[in-house]
Amino acid sequence: MLNAYLFVGAALFACGILCMMTKRNGIGVLMGVELVLNAAGVNFVAFSRYTDLGLDGQVAALFIIVLAAAEAAVALAIALNFYNNHLTIDIDRADELKG
Amino acid sequence: MSLELLLFGFLALVTCGGALAVVITPNVVRMAFWLIVSLGGVSGLYFLLGADFVGATQLLIYVGGTVVLLIFGVMLTATGPYVRMEISKFEKVITGFIGLGLFGVLCSAAVATDWSPAITAPGDSVYAQGDTTRPLGLKLLGIGNVPGGETGIGFLLPFEIVSIHLLVVLIAAAYLARAKRRSEPGDD
Repeated sequence: MLNAYLFVGAALFACGILCMMTKRNGIGVLMGVELVLNAAGVNFVAFSRYTDLGLDGQVAALFIIVLAAAEAAVALAIALNFYNNHLTIDIDRADELKG
Repeated sequence: MSLELLLFGFLALVTCGGALAVVITPNVVRMAFWLIVSLGGVSGLYFLLGADFVGATQLLIYVGGTVVLLIFGVMLTATGPYVRMEISKFEKVITGFIGLGLFGVLCSAAVATDWSPAITAPGDSVYAQGDTTRPLGLKLLGIGNVPGGETGIGFLLPFEIVSIHLLVVLIAAAYLARAKRRSEPGDD
């Protein structure tokens, strides 16, 4: 049963990485990051249930949720700032620092 | 077929299907909807695993907070109706293969690894039946005896660091996203 949960985590992780790679919208990339973080959370809680990791896995999942919320707030502020400066959120246009 | 297996199949289908729809959908608002579906499925998986407090937190913070924040971001950064932000067909095929390969590698690693050294006690963990709120609170604070025979150190320092981190992040986000005043030449 542990392997089944790991498969779900793997699918979430692959989808998140794909989302980060294929989206040109900054918010879309952010959603990919959320999927990847959720994959890690699923794995932690599955290990907490089926191995003797115990409650530590659930604590790690809680920290992941909190950090994801913080990350979303900061990334959204950056996206808003980028939109204010460029009037678009297309991340392919964010190449001003390119040498 | 047991009820747990049936529920797991349904929730796994919802979670993976939602995640896949997030990748496939080109519209950002629909992506946010499918993200809600997928994250709700993940919280259902948490409940199924007996992690009731983590599942409730997932529902409250992720589905109720983070996704709403993302939708606000979508609304505040609206692009024009005819602006298409798409990648080319060729790139889509390439990334599809990369995603399949990544999924295959992760699954084969999960299958090939022998997890039995990590399982000393036979059967399920003490917390398989849920009711984890009080043990989790005691575990985070690191005080008292955690019900269920959980031993080991607490998580008071990471807990405090996360609290300060959240405060700093919220102030920083408000600072970054504030409305700028146009600075006139001459006034300083």
